[in-house]
Amino acid sequence: MGSSILSIIYLIGSVTFILGLKMLSKPDTARKGNLVAAAGMSLAILGTIFLYRVNDAPLHNYGWIFTGLVIGGVIGVLSAKKVKMTAMPEMVSMFNGMGGACAALISIVEFDHLIKLIKNLYAPVSDDHLALQLLESSASKGMVIIILLSLIIGAVSCAGSIVAWGKLTGKVKDFSFNGQHFLNMGVLALIVGLSVWLVCIFGISPGTGLIVFYVVFLLALFYGVLFVLPIGGADMPVVISLLNSFTGVAAACGGFLYSNPVMLTGGILVGSAGTILTILMCKAMNRSLKNVLIGSFGGGAAGAAASGKEQGNYKEISLNDAAVVLAYANKVIIVPGYGLAVAQAQHACHELEKQLEEKGVEVKYAIHPVAGRMPGHMNVLLAEADVPYEKLLEMEDANAEFPTTDAVLILGANDVVNPAAKSDPASPIYGMPILEVENAKVVIVNKRSMKPGYAGIENDLFFQPKTSMLFGDAKKVLQELLSAIKEV
Amino acid sequence: MEYILTFLHQHIDLIYIVILSVFLGIEVISRVPSVLHTPLMSGANAIHGVVIIGAIIVMGKAEADNYPALIIGFLAVILGTINVVGGFVVTDRMLEMFKGKKK
Repeated sequence: MGSSILSIIYLIGSVTFILGLKMLSKPDTARKGNLVAAAGMSLAILGTIFLYRVNDAPLHNYGWIFTGLVIGGVIGVLSAKKVKMTAMPEMVSMFNGMGGACAALISIVEFDHLIKLIKNLYAPVSDDHLALQLLESSASKGMVIIILLSLIIGAVSCAGSIVAWGKLTGKVKDFSFNGQHFLNMGVLALIVGLSVWLVCIFGISPGTGLIVFYVVFLLALFYGVLFVLPIGGADMPVVISLLNSFTGVAAACGGFLYSNPVMLTGGILVGSAGTILTILMCKAMNRSLKNVLIGSFGGGAAGAAASGKEQGNYKEISLNDAAVVLAYANKVIIVPGYGLAVAQAQHACHELEKQLEEKGVEVKYAIHPVAGRMPGHMNVLLAEADVPYEKLLEMEDANAEFPTTDAVLILGANDVVNPAAKSDPASPIYGMPILEVENAKVVIVNKRSMKPGYAGIENDLFFQPKTSMLFGDAKKVLQELLSAIKEV
Repeated sequence: MEYILTFLHQHIDLIYIVILSVFLGIEVISRVPSVLHTPLMSGANAIHGVVIIGAIIVMGKAEADNYPALIIGFLAVILGTINVVGGFVVTDRMLEMFKGKKK
């Protein structure tokens, strides 16, 4: 009775995951979709706790389980509620790493369990052919393969996510050296080789098997670090999305281990959806996944050609002049970018917008699909700062409005406004849709310095006569601009 | 090689689920606006927290005196719960902001 109810619960859980994911991909139903999936998850967890049977016996150690659930729940809610909206990417990365760690830990316990079974089989009947045959049997070998997969993928995802988190918070710097790809390949080959060997010797010498198992675990952690380390900070969203789908696959391995359909559907759905999402993100940034992973962006012939070109001079604008330009314009479009997100200047930006509106200036925002630290991140940030939804223009609408705009204020965006994407076929970002800000009458660019954006290429826009530069941290500049405009 | 074939045969129904889920996942996501990339990733992140179920099973069937299994399982339950709960709450927080501003 109990187990048939549990099957139904798992079925419901799987359906809610599918529905939830489907609803999450549409703006109107997204929030409900998240709740639907969460409800299905709660049901599946409670069902497992109370109805799961191992050889007809219910689960025990309830004290431990509930303590763990409460501790995890409290930490989860607190960290999710407290995190700043700008720190969202690293938060997701951290959560993902924990899921990966969870999968790896399960593997460790299950492998230990398996080894114990073998030792018990060995002890009383040392030369029994039957026992040996059982060990050699397909079921246990298949089991070992699944456990290993879950261990390796979980460990890579966990270590990788933590490095990604470190990069996004600025604690870990980009680090690459010659021959890094060879080292990565070597470590990966070693992991695969040892795993195959482990599957072969497993059952013959459990002692060695256990050691090899832990070596594979450590190597997988090491590989996770190596894998993410050379990838640039701005590409982290893509990497996190990829690691996200890895963890999904690790969870699905758990589904195989326990013949548990809800773990299987949930894990595989995330695995495949996550992979597609990763590819979509790359497309939105006009990059290929291979480029992101190898990190060859901006290098090679194209980069050299771009840097060899004579750039001419740029001109600076003073804070007060910028304030005058903005205050006396009829229509201003703000182009927020990565710099604004990093400086957490979304609230200051909204203040500036309100001040300008009071002066009778029409203010809008032009949002490039990949503006911010993750695709769609800028919409979340501006929504957090109470910027009205109708003020946010999508790229096509914004491009239609630039010719009638008096002043464009670019806050920490660079590659998404680089005209080279349209005009220079040699440019690495050639073909990426951009915001055509050069059609406006005046362009004011706020950047911290003349350093190129993450694509590592120069931006012709900064050298055009109608462009002037306003250097400084986005938040500080906006606050000073605000007080300057008040006095105009 | 034989054990792989046997393994596949024994789990053929699960393998059907895997293959169908792969296509389903691709189908469900393929036309998502870029505005939703971040929340969607975060939501998917919460869903793979389903691995918590494995952690609960590990805990629940460990013998009461098997301390290594209990401790590792306990850790796994905590980490898995953080993944699930944190993931869903953070996604809800993001999407909440979208909602209110539309009207």
